[in-house]
Amino acid sequence: MEITDETMNHLAELSNFSLDSSEKQALKQDLASILRYISKLDELDTTKVEPTYQVFEMENVWRADDIFPQDADREALLALAPESLEHQIKVPKVL
Amino acid sequence: MKIADKSTSAVSLVKAALDKAEKYQKTHHIFNWLNQDALRQAEEIDRKIKNGEPVGRLAGVPYAIKDNYLSRQGETTASAKILTGLSAPLDATCVEKLEAEGAILIGRTNLDAFAHGSSTENSFFGPTKNAKDLSRVAGGSSGGSAVAVALDIVQFATGSDTGGSIRQPASFNGVFGIKPTYGAISRYGVVAMASSTDVLGFFAQSAADLDLLMSITAGQDAKDQTSLPDFYGTKDEKLEKQKLGYVKEFMESPALDPEIKAALEGKLTLARSKGFETVELSLPTLEYALAVYYIIQPAEVASNLSRYDGIRYAFRSQKGKDIASVFSQTRSEGFMRENKRRIMIGNFVLSSGFYDAYFLKAAKARTLIIDEFAKAFSKVDAILTPVSPNPAFKLGEKVDDPVSMYLEDVMSVPVNLAGIPAVAFPAGETKSGLPLGLQLLGPRRSDKNLLGLVEDLC
Repeated sequence: MEITDETMNHLAELSNFSLDSSEKQALKQDLASILRYISKLDELDTTKVEPTYQVFEMENVWRADDIFPQDADREALLALAPESLEHQIKVPKVL
Repeated sequence: MKIADKSTSAVSLVKAALDKAEKYQKTHHIFNWLNQDALRQAEEIDRKIKNGEPVGRLAGVPYAIKDNYLSRQGETTASAKILTGLSAPLDATCVEKLEAEGAILIGRTNLDAFAHGSSTENSFFGPTKNAKDLSRVAGGSSGGSAVAVALDIVQFATGSDTGGSIRQPASFNGVFGIKPTYGAISRYGVVAMASSTDVLGFFAQSAADLDLLMSITAGQDAKDQTSLPDFYGTKDEKLEKQKLGYVKEFMESPALDPEIKAALEGKLTLARSKGFETVELSLPTLEYALAVYYIIQPAEVASNLSRYDGIRYAFRSQKGKDIASVFSQTRSEGFMRENKRRIMIGNFVLSSGFYDAYFLKAAKARTLIIDEFAKAFSKVDAILTPVSPNPAFKLGEKVDDPVSMYLEDVMSVPVNLAGIPAVAFPAGETKSGLPLGLQLLGPRRSDKNLLGLVEDLC
């Protein structure tokens, strides 16, 4: 599987990165060698095998619809943001 | 575990820990933050002891947390630029339980940013050095925690293990490390990496100490839906005359260092002399575990790290002019190269056109690995393997070659994919004086039995 410049641009967009051309070239090489390695899986026959997405023994448990107090209040959570104003997170202009 | 009592004060334990931390910080670069309030907290414990008030099972014990654990004490950075300046408004459940027993936080330890790495070289703050050799890596990603315990700065430290991040640094520095059964300890308040394999665990100087820490921290937590009802220690009896397996494919691997192989053979001989039966197992699917892991884990990383966008947490790039460039500039500046590799690979294997060939294929292969372990554990009670194919490598040796760094994890990741427990323990040294480590694997919920077995083999 060859990684083209077009694929790199698409992945950078999906990942929300703005990469300069030297970083993009370096990452392109890295990704190509990683993909070469993980393509080893092609050797393995997985027909008729069910996929596993998690290893937790999940079963549905109903609980009472009670409200539990949270660890952090609104002000503490707002304080995590780089900027806030009047009890809201401040962001650059969207429209 | 040396706890504070009438003869040993918490202040003297904590003072010794802080002194050592400051001394070794200069040479080994272990901590991202040191707790200046620790002595005051120790005085409080001593006051309680003096007054005959109850103190916990870890009274005055100095400990460290991997810097991806949230706590109101210090900033939680995960050794990543994008989280610098984050003062968490809550304590991780695990931290809460340890401190309720009187443990005293000495500092936050260095890691590969977001726990992406096997050497602690991918830290925004620079690498941690190996406890025994300053020219070598600490291992990773929980490198700082392993070195803090190996240098006897703290009596125990926390870690997280997504693909080997507790066991590999434990073996590189000559300490004990446990990767518990998936779900044994609540992960609430710890920075998520790959949610289907992330577990919390510990570094300590003995299996008995790990046992105490497990009995304190294991158990269900309403704040973590994947935490299991407490099973740890409910079956106290140890199995008699256990069967110990070893993996033919690992023993025959050309990548395996001869000194590690010899250490493993030595332990098998010791086991037989103690009455254990040893059984050779063939687990051919494990050869594919690393490829499976480097598809599933980046996919989950890409999802978990999408929340860091410069809006809600700490760091925001000043270069962004509008909302879209704030996202992309913050992420480009805030993540390390290795974070970017993983996010991009994750988005690749999840993207339309490649999902079936990579992600779905890996999820199916994961089933085969789980089935292979299940079959093995119908024949043996535990499996002895190396942790990594080699002892600690040189700083800089692998950092620019991602695949050679990933190959460090080839013998540790199968455990995470299957969600089973494993305990890493010291097994001597190389001729040149580097620590050698082995690990014991068991079926789900056999954590306590594994710790008992490790005591038998040490």
